[in-house]
Amino acid sequence: MKYIDEFRDGALAADIARAIAAAVEPERTYRFMEFCGGHTHAIARYGLPDLLPANVLMIHGPGCPVCVLPIGRIDMAIELALEHHAIVCTYADTLRVPASGGLTLMRARAQGGDIRMVYSVDDALRTAREHPDREVVFFAIGFETTTPPTAVALLQAAAEDLANFSVLCCHVLTPAAIAAILDAPACEAPTGVPLDGFVGPAHVSTVIGSDPYAAFACAYRKPVVIAGFEPLDVMQAILMLVRQVNSGRAEVENEFTRAVTPAGNRKAQQLMDQVFELRPSFEWRGLGEIQRSALRIRERYARLDAERRYPLAYRTIADNRACECGPILRGLKRPIDCKLFGSVCTPETPMGSCMVSSEGACAAHYTYGRHKDTVEGTA
Amino acid sequence: MSRQVKPGYARALDIRHGRVDLSHGGGGRAMVQLIRELFARHLGNAYLEQGNDGTVLPPLPGRLVVTTDSHVVSPLFFPGGDIGCLAVHGTVNDLAVMGAQPLWLTAGFILEEGFPLADLDRIAASMARACREAGVHLVAGDTKVVERGKGDGVFITTSGIGVVAESCTLSGAAARPGDAVLLSGTLGDHGMAIMSQRENLGFDTPIHSDTAALNGLTALMMQHADGAIRLMRDPTRGGLAATLNEIADQSGVGVLLDEAMIPLRPEVEAACELLGLDPLNVANEGKLVAVCDAALAPALVQCMRTHPLGREAAPIGTVIADPHHFVQMQTRLGGRRMVDWLSGEQLPRIC
Repeated sequence: MKYIDEFRDGALAADIARAIAAAVEPERTYRFMEFCGGHTHAIARYGLPDLLPANVLMIHGPGCPVCVLPIGRIDMAIELALEHHAIVCTYADTLRVPASGGLTLMRARAQGGDIRMVYSVDDALRTAREHPDREVVFFAIGFETTTPPTAVALLQAAAEDLANFSVLCCHVLTPAAIAAILDAPACEAPTGVPLDGFVGPAHVSTVIGSDPYAAFACAYRKPVVIAGFEPLDVMQAILMLVRQVNSGRAEVENEFTRAVTPAGNRKAQQLMDQVFELRPSFEWRGLGEIQRSALRIRERYARLDAERRYPLAYRTIADNRACECGPILRGLKRPIDCKLFGSVCTPETPMGSCMVSSEGACAAHYTYGRHKDTVEGTA
Repeated sequence: MSRQVKPGYARALDIRHGRVDLSHGGGGRAMVQLIRELFARHLGNAYLEQGNDGTVLPPLPGRLVVTTDSHVVSPLFFPGGDIGCLAVHGTVNDLAVMGAQPLWLTAGFILEEGFPLADLDRIAASMARACREAGVHLVAGDTKVVERGKGDGVFITTSGIGVVAESCTLSGAAARPGDAVLLSGTLGDHGMAIMSQRENLGFDTPIHSDTAALNGLTALMMQHADGAIRLMRDPTRGGLAATLNEIADQSGVGVLLDEAMIPLRPEVEAACELLGLDPLNVANEGKLVAVCDAALAPALVQCMRTHPLGREAAPIGTVIADPHHFVQMQTRLGGRRMVDWLSGEQLPRIC
């Protein structure tokens, strides 16, 4: 396939793998976090760890929008469907995320909730137009990649005066999450995971640009290489990170120049700014409350905000006590460090959010990588 | 009796403009008329003409194989096929991959009130064509009608009877380490043809379903290499990944695939990429997986390639010893990963 196969070429991958092997200093361990679930998925799906030297470790970050969604937010969507009888439109990945009371959006659907899977917010708008007699709510999740389309849909709904459409906004911000990980004391403690650098987000960076990462490189002395989601992008980014670490640099480098510019997509940023404002604080699954880390709909579009339109109350609900999603999302533990992994928690019956989305660290490891556990004798 | 009354007269069924109504399932004259003027016109044969509550079938040389399959595909008509031929192919293929010769089918129709008779006519015609091509006969049928809103146009359940030689030992439990895994052609065509037609996707691609009867291909393979073939399967729902995991579990072995050898159409690969689907999980309706003695694999692949439905046949992997019964794949990048069962609900009502 044109423009895809070029980035999945086995011979080129072997070349980069040789370059990485030649570049790493044997006495050193390189711990890189790929922030995005898209990278986690690519690494697992293409078996990239097999191409890396043993002293280059990839640590999965929290950049999976489904994984960081707290239970209370799913509960709100379920309440909209079951109590307020709205049609709730949502991306497929959210359907199986465990919520309170043993429910998921999928189970709420079986109980009679009108919950529909959509591929884009545009489908939700169309549903609202087709059912003027019903309330339609779009359950909006995701980082800066999915936020601009939600902004466009809200503007469109306002322009059309679409009276039966609203959005349950759960959009979150990438830089705030990276800062939270770097600020967490465990990261620097002897028992924690000291990170040597980040593989920076791909699609998110097309929107926000590479400039916002400069602060991390500078203030935290962590190299950041922005990379595309194709396996060769990831390999190349790892090579660039190894070289930065070796030479003691901590800079923002951009491997994904075919899509990412320093300033990003100004039009998309302007649209987001027009419709959304910062929430003072937002709860992330695994990371807890993070200040100024998420967006809400501006007062001007209050009519389209499901949180203002319905009497919804957000309640913090704790994860299952044995669930290690929190430490896994912070890069402190690996999926196989969790007692539930692969026993009571599987993609069919997920206990924690990391086992739900294919971008989640646990689901990616379970689906693509668990044969390695048996080789290591740890399963 | 008045002179106008014509005994036994009924106005012909208006197939072009008419619709299914509740009387078509009521057991009265309307139902008889629907069967006679629509179904029997396309699917009629000497077996159905027996006209009894059951059909008497002649004795067969060999063992009987029986299977059943329900079809709820949406949309009913899609590029490359429709629910009618799919209902025939699905059941014929289940018999064919058992090494059996498919002979007879039964069909149960659940029709929704309001369904256009013209569409039902197209579906019956398509079933008849598929039966002729596969060399099977419909020997019994049933029609029920449900109220509007309680069905979705039409659902079809087909059962099939075939005959298999006493010597045939094909079984999902027969794969052994060292065996070769063969695939008859490109992956994911049916699933992506359906997905590209779903209204909420709105992209228009030239992907055609691969729905086809495989009994010609399987007969050729059995003739060529009967004893060397351990098992055959048609990778429908859940795709190749589900089929290989079933085989691995049943046979107590592992499988190692070579991604570079798996045939894939560029348009299917592109559509999967766009939707975030793995072609290994996408349904096929005209493909088979065969596990055979590795020494005879090259000759069997050559033999498959002489058949129109096996032109792109390829050896795609090897059966390995693995106490965990994992299916793994050497990726094009050179790494190795698991190929797991599909977990999720991305593709409801695909067949």
